[in-house]
Amino acid sequence: MSSNTESSVLNAPKAGTRWLWFHKLSSPPYAYRTSGVLRPWFLWSAVILLLVGTYGGLLLAPPDYQQKDSFRIIYVHVPSASMSLMVYVVMAVASAVGLIWRMKLAHALAAGCAAVGAWFSVLALFTGAFWGRPMWGTWWAWDPRVTSELIQLFLYLGFIALRSSFEDTQRADRASAILAIVGVVNVPVVKYSVIWWNSLHQGPSITLTGASIDSSMLWPLFVMLLAYALFFAAVMCDRLRVEILKRERNASWLADIGAKT
Amino acid sequence: MSVAEFFDMGGYAAYIWPCYALSLVVLVGIAVSARRSLAAEHTRALRRVQSNQEQAS
Amino acid sequence: MQPGMLQLLGLIVGRDLRLAMRHWDQVIQPLLFFVIITTLFPLAISPALDELRRIAPGVVWVAAMLAALLALESLFRPDIEDGTMEQWTLSGQPLSVMLLAKTATHWLLSGLPIVLMAPLVGSAMGMPPSAWGVTALSLALGTASLSVLGAIGAALTVSVRRGSVLLALLVLPLEMPVLIFGARAVDLAMHGEAVAGPLNLLAALLLLFISLGPFAMAAAMRISVET
Repeated sequence: MSSNTESSVLNAPKAGTRWLWFHKLSSPPYAYRTSGVLRPWFLWSAVILLLVGTYGGLLLAPPDYQQKDSFRIIYVHVPSASMSLMVYVVMAVASAVGLIWRMKLAHALAAGCAAVGAWFSVLALFTGAFWGRPMWGTWWAWDPRVTSELIQLFLYLGFIALRSSFEDTQRADRASAILAIVGVVNVPVVKYSVIWWNSLHQGPSITLTGASIDSSMLWPLFVMLLAYALFFAAVMCDRLRVEILKRERNASWLADIGAKT
Repeated sequence: MSVAEFFDMGGYAAYIWPCYALSLVVLVGIAVSARRSLAAEHTRALRRVQSNQEQAS
Repeated sequence: MQPGMLQLLGLIVGRDLRLAMRHWDQVIQPLLFFVIITTLFPLAISPALDELRRIAPGVVWVAAMLAALLALESLFRPDIEDGTMEQWTLSGQPLSVMLLAKTATHWLLSGLPIVLMAPLVGSAMGMPPSAWGVTALSLALGTASLSVLGAIGAALTVSVRRGSVLLALLVLPLEMPVLIFGARAVDLAMHGEAVAGPLNLLAALLLLFISLGPFAMAAAMRISVET
């Protein structure tokens, strides 16, 4: 389906300019151009924050009372874990928008997110294992957060697998969108059930010192969280553009934009 | 703290450094792969546009 | 619900039941699978009932889940293959309700036998009679949830060639809460403790899935039906 059908579906902007931003946002050339412009900003701010956060986390933050230096893993573990969850929500929301408003661009966003989110899950699991070994004495434990992170990875892989089983991009978009929405509704259920299941058996769980976390330990974590989010945005600027191009059979507007930024 | 002490990470070096290294590798990997696929897809799309224009004319 | 709707549902249920009666040898296959799977565990672990008793709730539940997965093959595929499903999507009738009726009938044929067989199988693994009732009840609620979730997955993958493993990959993560609560209920019953908690959670999940599931099923089916 070409972009002409897209714009005719959305029609002219509604009363006044209230819907203009929405109309503009859903136009592939606009999104393509904007992604190109925004990417360097996202990328370089992410790199700066990553450096600052790593420096703060590895050097400035004092060793934890119980965990000594091994707690420093949280500065890469927690950001990956939160991103793995956040990206899934973005994916599900984009899927819903794509289904409800028949917006190819939203489906493009969802499709681009999946692999990145899966990698975040993998990172969360690996760094979690490396954290667990000195803390619990084991590489793997059926801790509620570990278990639900593993399930999160399965949800990502299922989304990717479903997409690849359809040859037609449109059908793949819509089928995987349904899966993402069903999945996101289930995520709180799964998390709750896993916590419930684990609490019965009193497994180990990651905690820092019993007293409130010192702010000198906390600020690098916020910096890293923001850094990972900005990095995700930077990567998505590229991945979104790839997905846009895959869905545009005749991207004649591409020549006007010129060489990729 | 000396450089050696820093790298030792209070004895936890074997756990901390692989984590940071892996995170760096994966993040860089994602970014590079996205760049590469954009370049490839961009070329492909431009080629399509060109051949469409040639067919039309 | 209009009287026409009820008639339609009656037709759907009746048709599926009649078709099943004609091929009852296919209908009992999931049940046989269920029994065979549970047999594997004593062989793999130990014949000692004391050891088996500890894992009995988990084994019965996992076997039921796998058997339910297998049964999903027969839920939508026949109607897709003979074009009935396409007619349904074009019929102008609410597809979600029609698919839910089909799923319910399918549960009667595949889930219910497992529910009835489970206490027997459980006792073969050392489960005391005090737990049989809860086993059946939790599986009744659980297999119904598995049917609804499975139907969503089946609708998504029915047009995919050799999509049964994909179906399992999609549906099993979503089914994990059902497994957690269900196995826990049986375990509690075996220890003589209160089972209301997990059973209520199972019931709540079933209600959630029944109310939202059919819409996902219908949306998925429309995608699968188009060529």
